[in-house]
Amino acid sequence: MFARARSWLDDRLGLSTIVEFASHKTVPVHRFSVFYYLGGMTLFFFLVQVCTGVLLMLYYRPSANEAFESVEFIMTVVPFGWLIRSIHSWSANLMVFFAVAHMVSVFFMKAYRAPRELTWASGALLLFLIMGFGFSGYLLPWNQLAFFATKVGTDIAGAVPIAGEWTVRFLRGGDRVSGGTLSRFYGWHVALLPAITTVILVVHLALVQVKGMSVPAACDEEAKRRPPMKFFPHFALRDLSGWIFALGVLAALAALFPWELGEKADLFAPAYENIRPEWYFVFMFQTLKLVPGGEIAGVEYEAIPIMLFGAAGLLLVLIPFLDRGAARTGRSKGWTIGGVAALLFALGMTCWGYASLLPLYVVLISGLLLALLAFITRGGTNREAR
Amino acid sequence: MDATAPVPRRRFLNWFLGTAAGALIASVLYPIIRFASPPRIPEATTNQVEAGDVSDPAFSQKGFKIVRFGAEPVILLKAAEGEYRAFSATCTHLDCIVGYQKDRSRIFCNCHGGAYDLNGRNVSGPPPRPLTAYKVNLVAKGSEPAKIVVSRA
Repeated sequence: MFARARSWLDDRLGLSTIVEFASHKTVPVHRFSVFYYLGGMTLFFFLVQVCTGVLLMLYYRPSANEAFESVEFIMTVVPFGWLIRSIHSWSANLMVFFAVAHMVSVFFMKAYRAPRELTWASGALLLFLIMGFGFSGYLLPWNQLAFFATKVGTDIAGAVPIAGEWTVRFLRGGDRVSGGTLSRFYGWHVALLPAITTVILVVHLALVQVKGMSVPAACDEEAKRRPPMKFFPHFALRDLSGWIFALGVLAALAALFPWELGEKADLFAPAYENIRPEWYFVFMFQTLKLVPGGEIAGVEYEAIPIMLFGAAGLLLVLIPFLDRGAARTGRSKGWTIGGVAALLFALGMTCWGYASLLPLYVVLISGLLLALLAFITRGGTNREAR
Repeated sequence: MDATAPVPRRRFLNWFLGTAAGALIASVLYPIIRFASPPRIPEATTNQVEAGDVSDPAFSQKGFKIVRFGAEPVILLKAAEGEYRAFSATCTHLDCIVGYQKDRSRIFCNCHGGAYDLNGRNVSGPPPRPLTAYKVNLVAKGSEPAKIVVSRA
């Protein structure tokens, strides 16, 4: 019966070619193989976001009069509402964290070099989309933080030359952040961004399948010497155990540190003390704080860092096309140093923004954990692959 | 080339199709872009609002309050006994709403640390311009506490 159903489907869908392809897929084994799991982890958190997001939509109401109350209702009345919303918030943050970690590891392994330029570019676009999700998502509870973060975040778009004013009005759905802004952000958060993200994600994953994993130049020898690991079942099962572990971590975080709701947005109240955006925007926030008021040749000083960040974003997408050294030899010292400098800048600004060394510790501990995992899996992968 | 030579049919058709496709795309995109751009809604201009009276406990506690001036927030602060001042409460940096720090005698924006003096001048931090000043009038009637009236300067 099962065999007949399978052959019926196979005749119509050509499943056996996919199975055939998947059974040949391998993952190179070397001392940095552990970094290959970071992308999959990001994907897991994305899937969690989709599931919890769909659930939150059952109760959430996107209007200035009801949004805050509906989230309050989710947190206090709906059974397990606190769990679903807290997981959505925690998973969002972990998704950003793993997307960044994934990108950093890919950057330093020069995995973006030919023929994987488009894999990198699509990945960089996905990172921006994730930040767009974060930004549009934290307006939705309509609390004080949401209100001011959106005021500032949309006002920043005013620095865009020529189209600035139009962009601000387009983002806000009017001259001011209001209920109209909430409708727009909701539409983007649950429909437009997911649609675009799904398409780019499919392209990104397809490119990874077509081109396979990149081996860093420093590990070329090692990857040739050691037999690669089969994707099915060895790598996929490791991915899966990581995902199950991550689900446990999410549940624990949500239970121990449920996401707070804050106070309802008041359009006529001063910003509260120590107001600060989510951690992944803090380095830009701190930079904006440091630039004094004034203008040069008709350009306000504040517009300069904003345009520089925009240029940095564009540069990030274009790295594989600009880094000729990596394309030739797999090494490019200048870009590595530039990457370290950019990371130190972001980390330093984040620590400054929080007036705390906690961000530094988080980065150090994550690095140590990854190193430990890399060390543990160093020999084991080899045996099982044979 | 002979000027009377006919344009090759293929080139003509390609040009024709290309133009038609371009026009089609433009006629689809134009309404979409216009739809997504929020319409400008005329707002009733507010020139004057009554902002309660001088006995408001907000002045003795925090030294200020935020007044609704139409859709705009305006900060009304008590600079000294009997002396009230009003400014636009929208920070000229990135649109946050400012507050008054009584102990440091300054108007301060918690978002990015912009500071203004009690004349609304941007004195430190990122704000590029001073806050717009509003006129404050106290209207006393009999023995009741004086009413505060804020109006455009």
